Amino acid sequence: MTALAALLIRDMRIAARVGGGALIGVLFFLVVVTLTPFAIGPDLALLKRIGPAILWLAALLATLLALDRLFAADHDDGSLDLILTGRAPLELVVAVKGLAHWLTTGLPLIIAAPLIGLLLNLDGLAEAALGLTLLVGTPALTFIGLIGAAIAVALRRGGLLLAVLVLPLTVPVLIFGVAAANAAVVGPVPFGTPFTILCALSLASLVVGPFAAAAALRQEIE
Amino acid sequence: MALADLANPSRFLSLANRVIPWLGGLTVIAFAFGLNLAMGAPDDYQQGATVKIMFLHVPSAWLGMLGWGVMSISALGTLVWRHPLADVAAKAAAPIGAAFTLLCLITGSLWGRPEWGTYWVWDARLTSELVLFLLYLGVIAVWRTVEDPSRAARAAAILTLVGAIDLPIIKFSVDWWNTLHQSASVFRMGGPTIYPTILIPLLVMTLAFTLLFVTLHLAAMRNEILRRRVRTLRLMQASAVS
Amino acid sequence: MEAMNHLPFIVGSYVAAFVIGAGLVSWVMIDYRTQRRALAELELRGLKRRSASVRPERPMTEANEKA
Repeated sequence: MTALAALLIRDMRIAARVGGGALIGVLFFLVVVTLTPFAIGPDLALLKRIGPAILWLAALLATLLALDRLFAADHDDGSLDLILTGRAPLELVVAVKGLAHWLTTGLPLIIAAPLIGLLLNLDGLAEAALGLTLLVGTPALTFIGLIGAAIAVALRRGGLLLAVLVLPLTVPVLIFGVAAANAAVVGPVPFGTPFTILCALSLASLVVGPFAAAAALRQEIE
Repeated sequence: MALADLANPSRFLSLANRVIPWLGGLTVIAFAFGLNLAMGAPDDYQQGATVKIMFLHVPSAWLGMLGWGVMSISALGTLVWRHPLADVAAKAAAPIGAAFTLLCLITGSLWGRPEWGTYWVWDARLTSELVLFLLYLGVIAVWRTVEDPSRAARAAAILTLVGAIDLPIIKFSVDWWNTLHQSASVFRMGGPTIYPTILIPLLVMTLAFTLLFVTLHLAAMRNEILRRRVRTLRLMQASAVS
Repeated sequence: MEAMNHLPFIVGSYVAAFVIGAGLVSWVMIDYRTQRRALAELELRGLKRRSASVRPERPMTEANEKA
């Protein structure tokens, strides 16, 4: 088994253990969606219209919550230093950690979203479109988040700083994610247009994220 | 056997080993009766055959609340009397109560679609039940996240007692607010308003579900006690090596 | 007939109840076996609980646990 595969499995195991927080993301997702009608009112027609937007916001916040533990835990117990002195390129290491994070945080959100969409009165088409946009968009959220997590790694109370750094960078993903989800239901723009741009954003983040995060980590550790 | 004897985990284990098989058997028999009666129950003149969903929905709602009640009493046991088995009882009840609350939400949703035309509506009864489900998940998260079992127990106990406010809200939501969900028809002043041919199967199914809960709870408590023994031994092992 | 239209919902409810019920029972049973196996394994390594060593040695078999 290569070093990178071992790292992937290790990260996923830690996330699934006590304190790892793998399913907390889904719970937070559910809580945010439950709060919405308390704030906005139980009008089902309204909830149906803004449903995709609420779910996207909740997914973004839930992903953000979990980014904290991406590098900070390893930094605290010294394993980050060990990983840095290893032979695998740091960019690939960071990318693998990002993959592990998405598998344990983003993927459960995507699976839970259709059920939670029922609470917001979304119909089948809206659910399908939403699921697809989340599938393509959540990796972007994770990989952009890598950058903020790397910058904030050495800080004790880095959580809020990380949020402030990451959220502006994720705005394009949010815009096109919601636009695509709505386009499938309401139109007039065809679903493909914003969706293709969303795919492009995701692919770009898969490259830019690890490179920027690796550079940031090298700065911090020196 | 005095209640105080049950405080000893070993004695609890031997009691559990004796009782669980019998309870399991009784549960199966009760379900056999209940399902038989449920299938034979007549169709409601308004709702048709979908009234059969009630035989699942009402018992699971009851169990969801019973579970939190058991956890609340255990929480008092932990915080006030420091009863040794209170932690175990609370931790064991949480996933079971959560599962039945989820079943209540699912069956309610499947009942609502043909009845009201929607899978979900944010009225007081449904929302407070969903909140109960979230509270369950929160307590389970506390149990899983705090490493030391006794600290987890105290944190969970406080959360449980605070969350217990949801139970009366659920119960009286249909009276206090204008809800889509129907008002109480069994536990109300003046007695039940359901016709016996539907009430009897409902009561038998409720009994069956309750027996299931008790069986599962005792078995889960047994597992938890064993799990703590394993943990203690492993800690001993780890410190012996160093 | 109206009941026929609603049949998937009724069946779905009973299926959901069965799945959740069976899930709970399986969880409890599998967890039981896991803990018993772990205890037996630790027993083999010679680890005993304090109270077990005060009395004469009795292996943790099912028969003795019932006593």
